[in-house]
Amino acid sequence: MNWLVELVLFILLLTTAVLALSVRDLLAAAAAATAFTFTMALLFVSMGAIDVGFTEAVVGAGIVGVYFIAAVFQTSRRTRD
Amino acid sequence: MTNPSESVIIVVVSRALARLIQLFGIYVIIHGHYSPGGGFQGGALLAAGVLLLRMTEGGRASQSEVSTEAAIPLAAVGALIFAGAGLVTLAFGGHYMDYGAVPVPGVEEPVVRYYGILLVEFGIGLAVMTALVAIFDDMVAPDPYGNAVDAAGDRAGTPPKL
Repeated sequence: MNWLVELVLFILLLTTAVLALSVRDLLAAAAAATAFTFTMALLFVSMGAIDVGFTEAVVGAGIVGVYFIAAVFQTSRRTRD
Repeated sequence: MTNPSESVIIVVVSRALARLIQLFGIYVIIHGHYSPGGGFQGGALLAAGVLLLRMTEGGRASQSEVSTEAAIPLAAVGALIFAGAGLVTLAFGGHYMDYGAVPVPGVEEPVVRYYGILLVEFGIGLAVMTALVAIFDDMVAPDPYGNAVDAAGDRAGTPPKL
């Protein structure tokens, strides 16, 4: 049963990673990167590394997401490349 | 980001949620030495509460918790608590951060180690919280090059010369 949960998490991980790289709106890209980080934290917890997963969830999904949004508001909202 | 949010729902919910996040951060710091978590994670949670208030209510909302001017000095105080607790044990003849070497009359050695680790966790939590808030305040500060941001969020004028 555990491999099924991990399979779903890995599919979600790949989806959010591709979404964060391909979407044109930088705010949506920041949100997708935050979702990627939180999925990564869930994967760490499913592997048994509670402390690593906790740190990843707090710093990656909490603080770095806020920094991404602050950086997007300092520049333009959409990419030009 | 620097102006208060116009939505009442966002302001009220974030006010309530910020206190819950910070309460959980204090819990994580205090229970850090025998359960997952610790000073870094608890400090990051405390900073997340402050940053949530600053994002929704503008930069002046949570200045009474960590003001912009006091953030960097408080981070230095936290680092000083962390390093100083280790240096005190050196003065009593132990290794660096060997809290059992500190003789406290009437207290067993494991209890001294317990409170020594707790003191270090508080130092790390203070340093991490204030440093993360200082980074955010620096990111949303007005542009030192004087380039205004128009309604579409784009910079006017030429990029600054570095």
